[in-house]
Amino acid sequence: MTRDEIKQKVVDIIIEKLGVDPSAVTEGAHFIKDLGADSLDTVELLMGVEETFNVEIPDEEAGKLETVGKVIDYLAQKLS
Amino acid sequence: MRRVVVTGLGVVTPIGNDVRTYWQNLLAGKNGVGYITRFDASNFSVKIAAEVRDFDPPSIISPKQLRRMDLFNIFAVQAAKEAIEDAQLNMEPENPYRVGVSISSGIGGLELWEKQHMRLLESPTKVSPFFIPMMIVNVASGDVAIRWGMKGPNYSVVSACASSAHAIGEAFELIKRGDADVMIAGGAEAPVTPLSIAGFANMKALSTRNDEPEKASRPFDKDRDGFVVGEGAGILVLEELDHARRRGAKIYAEIRGYAATADAYHVTAPDPTAESQSYAIKRVLDKAGVKPDEIDYINAHGTSTPLNDKIETIAVKKALGDHAYKVAITSTKSMIGHLLGAAGAVELIATILSVKEDKVHPTINLEEPDPECDLDYVPDGARDMEIRYAISNSFGFGGHNAVILVSKHEE
Repeated sequence: MTRDEIKQKVVDIIIEKLGVDPSAVTEGAHFIKDLGADSLDTVELLMGVEETFNVEIPDEEAGKLETVGKVIDYLAQKLS
Repeated sequence: MRRVVVTGLGVVTPIGNDVRTYWQNLLAGKNGVGYITRFDASNFSVKIAAEVRDFDPPSIISPKQLRRMDLFNIFAVQAAKEAIEDAQLNMEPENPYRVGVSISSGIGGLELWEKQHMRLLESPTKVSPFFIPMMIVNVASGDVAIRWGMKGPNYSVVSACASSAHAIGEAFELIKRGDADVMIAGGAEAPVTPLSIAGFANMKALSTRNDEPEKASRPFDKDRDGFVVGEGAGILVLEELDHARRRGAKIYAEIRGYAATADAYHVTAPDPTAESQSYAIKRVLDKAGVKPDEIDYINAHGTSTPLNDKIETIAVKKALGDHAYKVAITSTKSMIGHLLGAAGAVELIATILSVKEDKVHPTINLEEPDPECDLDYVPDGARDMEIRYAISNSFGFGGHNAVILVSKHEE
């Protein structure tokens, strides 16, 4: 899967789970500060990512995935 | 002494998703029971329920929030919105700590429970982080407080099918004792789910009149064979009288008393002597200073189960003596089924409108009365009649009894 393909899927999950405007979902966007998520939202979001990409994100890694770009980078590395 | 009046009403029911429609349909004797559409009930022994129809969630619930709310909570927010707007209660000038919420449910987020359990069987990691806060019975009470900024007393009293009657009764007492000036009180339930229907059906509590859904809920009739599960919500704005006067609020009726007892007999079957039910009725009369012969109307628990209707009839006779034969008694459940934890609230709303308008709705499907049910259940259409005082009975599995007494508001 290319980085662009990963990005498209991640963005779709974020739009669905957080109910945000697509234009707000930039790579630099912080889930809590920029996209209005709370701690439970971010848990649910990463569960959606795990399900879609069939990966397991360990808790110590999950804590670091605070922005859209970091999630994409993490997946790109993991799936390469 | 602090007096408590009702200044706002809101409902979601199988025969109307606003109070006006609900009341008109009650007076018209409209049936709300039909085939279950929420899930495929074809291999269930019970295929009928009273479902809420044509319901659009209110726009104050965002699409994102909507996915994170069980249906019972959505019903509660809609009914609360109608009641708060009806009362013209604006939180801006209010001390938020003097406005509380007491919204209950018999079961809570059952549909969600079932769906999340399926996920659990796949893997524990698949269970939603929102499962617990979405499912708990008290989430509707908390959610309403968050939406309207109400910081007064807030909790949910649970007593199965008497839940919202207790929730309203306790809210009434909170205002009386000075802990709040306004309480948003009532209940919500969304029990048309596979697990719930199977559970109630296997208890043999439900009507299996699958070939005639519109005739299935028939309280006090000799051929009644169980209750019909209903869904929805009922919310009232209760308010301390002087507070209501200062705001110039319209007043529907006054809550005059609330009494609660327990059968201490059996988890599901009512005590055949009806001692505790009748004691609750007598106690509410005492507390309100009302004589038995001043009661003109009783909104019965009237579930349409063989035991309830017979024993409730005994309770009314024991409490009111010969006057029992002169009281109009009706079952709202004959039209909307049994809303479980929301039943007490939607039925108290019917009682309040009866007292205000001097009109009672009929008990439908009462074609041939059970010989043991020999009181006046108003089987032949709505009735215009003067009502001085009325009571609403609610009884729940566990043997919980709650009775609320209301009157017209007089200065």
